[in-house]
Amino acid sequence: MSERKAILQVKGLQTSFFTDDGVIPAVDNIDFSVHEGEVLGIVGESGCGKSVTSLSIMGLVPSPPGKITGGKILFGDKELTKLSDKEMRNVRGNDVAMIFQEPMTSLNPLFTIGNQLMEAILIHKKGWSKKQASARAVEMLTLVGLPRADELMKEYPHQLSGGMRQRVMIAMALVCDPKVLIADEPTTALDVTIQAQILALMKDLNERLNTAVLLITHDLGVVAETCERVVVMYAGQIVEEGPVQTIFKDPQHPYTKGLLQSVPDMRYKKQRLYSIPGNVPKPGSVNTGCRFAARCEFAFDKCLTQNPDLYQTATVHKTRCFLYEDQEVSTHDRTLVES
Amino acid sequence: MTEPLLKVEGLKKYFPIRKGLLSRVSGHVKAVDDVSFYVNKGETLGIVGESGCGKSTTGRMLMRLLEPSEGKVVFDGKELTSISSDDMRKARREIQMVFQDPYASLNPRHTIEKILEEPLIVHGIGDAKTRKKKVHDFLEIVGLSSYHAKRYPHQFSGGQRQRIGIARALMTNPKLIIADEPVSALDVSIQAQVLNLMQDLQKELNLTYIFIAHDLGVVRHISDRVGVMYLGKMVEIAESELLYDKPLHPYTQALLSAVPVPDPNFVREQILIKGDIPSPSNPPSGCTFHTRCPFKMDVCTKIVPKLEEVEPGHSVACHLYGEHAQQ
Repeated sequence: MSERKAILQVKGLQTSFFTDDGVIPAVDNIDFSVHEGEVLGIVGESGCGKSVTSLSIMGLVPSPPGKITGGKILFGDKELTKLSDKEMRNVRGNDVAMIFQEPMTSLNPLFTIGNQLMEAILIHKKGWSKKQASARAVEMLTLVGLPRADELMKEYPHQLSGGMRQRVMIAMALVCDPKVLIADEPTTALDVTIQAQILALMKDLNERLNTAVLLITHDLGVVAETCERVVVMYAGQIVEEGPVQTIFKDPQHPYTKGLLQSVPDMRYKKQRLYSIPGNVPKPGSVNTGCRFAARCEFAFDKCLTQNPDLYQTATVHKTRCFLYEDQEVSTHDRTLVES
Repeated sequence: MTEPLLKVEGLKKYFPIRKGLLSRVSGHVKAVDDVSFYVNKGETLGIVGESGCGKSTTGRMLMRLLEPSEGKVVFDGKELTSISSDDMRKARREIQMVFQDPYASLNPRHTIEKILEEPLIVHGIGDAKTRKKKVHDFLEIVGLSSYHAKRYPHQFSGGQRQRIGIARALMTNPKLIIADEPVSALDVSIQAQVLNLMQDLQKELNLTYIFIAHDLGVVRHISDRVGVMYLGKMVEIAESELLYDKPLHPYTQALLSAVPVPDPNFVREQILIKGDIPSPSNPPSGCTFHTRCPFKMDVCTKIVPKLEEVEPGHSVACHLYGEHAQQ
């Protein structure tokens, strides 16, 4: 897995919102990369910055008040934060595509499915005829498992169910063979049986087309089921990163541990759920020390005054917690990992 | 066994579809279609199902926030469906509701004190002084502090607001709480806090819950018995251990197998059911699940299966287990 090439690299990304109440760093200095053909999950609770991360990559942060204030986003040799609007439009859809939570609001109710799919194709594929585009659109609709693709082309979004709309969104996102597909809570608005269908489809497409998927979700079950690697975010920072097996079997950060224990498991009944005390802090409200310290049962003096680094505790496992400071693998090992 | 606290028989809600210039009724949306169940004192009945299955409509009809089209609701020996709306208002002192959205269910212009005191005023309980004391007591009980009383809803987080929603429901000392998706708007870590709070309160105050939710993990955690609804009908109802360990209805089996489990090593047989839920305005004939069911028989398209007890504490509405099973 580790020998796969990183195709999307986020380095020291910082995205802030300039509001009347001051500058709010929604995403604060995060680093991660998406490797070729993998499914990487970003999990976290509301306000942790997972959606802002994805919007930053796509260059879709609402501005004002939002702005990328630091860091780099590298797609191949392109630095996405430095691109002009026009250049960025070429990247979107072509190299990196995105699907959203609410398939109803992401489709235009006034245009047919065919019209919207062909628009995406004709914008990106210069010199294609309408006929070619239409054929490609039908091909994509069939690929995502929609029946009677020919008729669907002439239908409007309101004629489709939620699950079908999300399939159309996926078809639209994949129409230009992007290298990376960002899926922001793609199944949150769907029922479980439909969610299972959509997740199975995304996994299948990931394998067949080798499209890397960056899956953003709050549902740990969805992560366990679909992702190979996981990034856990809390209050704008990455607190833990590792392969899905490690994160679920041997979590290190107290927040990850707490989060996993607070999920009710359908397979057996727990007498009492573990619950993390306190509330998710508002972005920007914790400035000194570890952002989780106020809710952490292991917090000690140092946690309240200094923010821990993201320690490399194993070749593929990182944790932002002082408890693991001395377990960091030596810099020599680290250079081996990075090279 | 003790007499059930709440008994529901043949509950139906048909919403008319009107068409044309004269608004003639051209059909009905059968949101809830002949649902019967009971809830024992002190237990939690979970009701699960996907969107549009009628679980929320059922919850609202129990309180007569929606008038049932047909059927009986008997609460504590009293038939709620036949009393006047005035008497119903009084009866609501004993049945209270907790809503899904803690943002929308609290008046943003009222202080928490006013919000919590209102049910007491409506039901004429206590004088101003005892009411104030009760507000402060219940704030403490749900894990907030009495100094929160002077604040407004926007000053609280989602989890805290849901605690306020629960406190409001408890103010009149109800016997039954109907909670409609009480934790689905909350983050996982906060959801666990609210679930624990609800369980503690149930023990302390001897409450009975009807817990309506779509999250099967949450429902298993909190419920003693669970009913599964599909297209306005109760397709299976059983003690929660039985339902989760040995689901009988093909829909329940598919539903349970579709839930993602937070364990990457967990391998299960996933039953992917095809297609979407049919429209409740034009439900399929016979068993409403037959259009998606992998075990469909001829009889399923013709005869509506009845909810029948197939083993103690386990009822299912499916021809696979009824008299047509031998076909």
